[in-house]
Amino acid sequence: MIGFLIKGIIRDRTRSFFPVLVVTLTVAMIIFFQGFLTGIMNSMFLDSAVVSTGHVKVMTRAYKEDSQLLPNDLALLDTDQIINELQKDYPDYFWTPRITFGGLLDVPDEKGETRAQGPVYALGVDFLSTDSRQFEIWKLDNRLANGRLPEVPEEVLLSTTLANRLDLSLGETVTLIGSTMYNAFTTYNFTVVGTFKLNLGPVDKQMMLVDIEGARMALDMKSAASEILGFTETLLYEDKATVALRKRYNENHGASADIFSPTMMALRDANQMGTMVDFSNAAIVIMLAVFLVIVMIVLWNMGLMNGLRRYGEIGMRLAMGESKGQVYRSMIVESVIIGFIGTVLGTAMGLGITYYMQEVGLDYSSAMEGLTSTDIIMSNVFYAQVTPELYYIGFIPGVLATVLGTMMAGRAIYKREMAQLFKELEA
Amino acid sequence: MKMRRTMVFLILAFAIGQDGAISVQEIIQAMDNNLNAKSRVITSKMVVHGRRSSRTIESKNWVVGTNLAFTEYLSPPREAGTKMLKLDDKLWTYSPQTDRVIQISGHMLRQSVMGSDMSYNDMMEDRPLTDLYDATLEGSVEIDGRDHWILFLEAKVKGLSYPKRRAWIDKEWFLPMKEELYAKSGKLLKTSTMDGIKKVQDRWFPSRFIFRDELKRNSKGTEWVINEIEFNAEIPEGRFSKARLRK
Repeated sequence: MIGFLIKGIIRDRTRSFFPVLVVTLTVAMIIFFQGFLTGIMNSMFLDSAVVSTGHVKVMTRAYKEDSQLLPNDLALLDTDQIINELQKDYPDYFWTPRITFGGLLDVPDEKGETRAQGPVYALGVDFLSTDSRQFEIWKLDNRLANGRLPEVPEEVLLSTTLANRLDLSLGETVTLIGSTMYNAFTTYNFTVVGTFKLNLGPVDKQMMLVDIEGARMALDMKSAASEILGFTETLLYEDKATVALRKRYNENHGASADIFSPTMMALRDANQMGTMVDFSNAAIVIMLAVFLVIVMIVLWNMGLMNGLRRYGEIGMRLAMGESKGQVYRSMIVESVIIGFIGTVLGTAMGLGITYYMQEVGLDYSSAMEGLTSTDIIMSNVFYAQVTPELYYIGFIPGVLATVLGTMMAGRAIYKREMAQLFKELEA
Repeated sequence: MKMRRTMVFLILAFAIGQDGAISVQEIIQAMDNNLNAKSRVITSKMVVHGRRSSRTIESKNWVVGTNLAFTEYLSPPREAGTKMLKLDDKLWTYSPQTDRVIQISGHMLRQSVMGSDMSYNDMMEDRPLTDLYDATLEGSVEIDGRDHWILFLEAKVKGLSYPKRRAWIDKEWFLPMKEELYAKSGKLLKTSTMDGIKKVQDRWFPSRFIFRDELKRNSKGTEWVINEIEFNAEIPEGRFSKARLRK
């Protein structure tokens, strides 16, 4: 039966060409948009996670309340112990301490007097400990504009914008002027060994990256950290799993009334990221639904036209004794085959385009430079992402729309009057 | 000098004896006389009560008039060797870790000194109150069995950190036992109290101040405990040079 139908589809190209073409193009578009949107969202989530939020992060409750003020006097203490516990309890994530702090960067002249000075937003990141993945997830090999990566805690990287503003050269000493975790005035010397460009809009305009041990020495924060960030091993953000983890952790640590007890936040809890996560999920569902409806209507229309063209054939089959149900079912099987072929071709085409955009990307630098907000971290270049779901997601609209379109068009079969068949055939 | 101070006290005692006839200006003047001197050398400790723990920072200060001041921090080890120099309206700090002399200016003056409830601005503004404020007497009150005047002071010069302040002044000691420091809008910014009043070189002087930054949530305040104080000591001029910071 199926072999017979396939032969029919191949031999009678007018029966298959346009439906396959429509399904192919539509599935290709769905695959590409899904891959592009997923790429943008995952890239944005990962960039945001790397720079500030982690996929989850742990901090004290008091720190969480005033987190906009970077209150390091409310930081977590004994972070090694907390990290060991987190690694034991949640092994699907890797955990890393982070210190976020602000201050002034002072550049001395040869006499030690101030030559240049400017505000700095600094991150103490665990770059140098054994097994750290921070250089990898920050992609610093690619983002390094000049110089080299830090090798000791007293070496720092500055954003190219900040280094240019302070007219700094590699190897120069800069003095951080800031506050310790006890709010005492502090100064600390660092050596600039490299400059970087994150390509994440305005977020790195005043940024300095330093190893966490350097930050701890500068800010008198021995064994302390502002936050502990957790990342999934795959680096892909999974909202439901992350929210469940946050809920479980906070339930386990919720009994204490101590304002310095740890609490966990998921990526969606920070900087309106929840809206972005929900938008991303909703956008994909809406996009699929819209495409499904459009394709269904197109194929319905094509089925109706096809029905007219095959009016005689269907009449003949009915006149020869095939039941209306048999004819209807054979047309649906035929549409499944057409949908399947179209989806396979569309998926191949869509994956090809998505893969191309994954490698090349869409450069949006000029538009991003106009942004001034640093709350939402977004890449200057939008990349698509080929994910495993792209290999099968096209089958849902591709086959379903073809079948539904055929089912609606095929209803005409049941309207044929058997008594009229021979008259129609004679005509 | 001693003679002049005795005369001031006699005049004040006489004035008070005249059924409270002492003027507000005289109260402020007497208060300034107690708190300010031609020069002073102080060894003190600052106990900063944080939300988690308390830290004690010991220092030695050399002060001449209101324009020259030099501070050297003695402990804890991280702060030891840090020095500060005030020359007129300029403030420099030196840290041995960085071997840098850095001028503190602009918004940095609003930062806390060593994590305490005092800012650099608080350290800078130690001119006599009579030069800075117009005062009005709001009334009298008894606190802990001692009589106090309540004075309200409003700035007569621009640019002060606290354009308004209210002081509870002990009628015998001529010291502001309690002060509330306000912004121009009337918002309470800081409070200070003092205790352990002792007679030091013919003047009443507290052995402990307690400052509290009211803008810091859950602030537990900072104690400034005077271990030793010597008024009108001879201080060589070389003490107040930038070169001295690195020595």
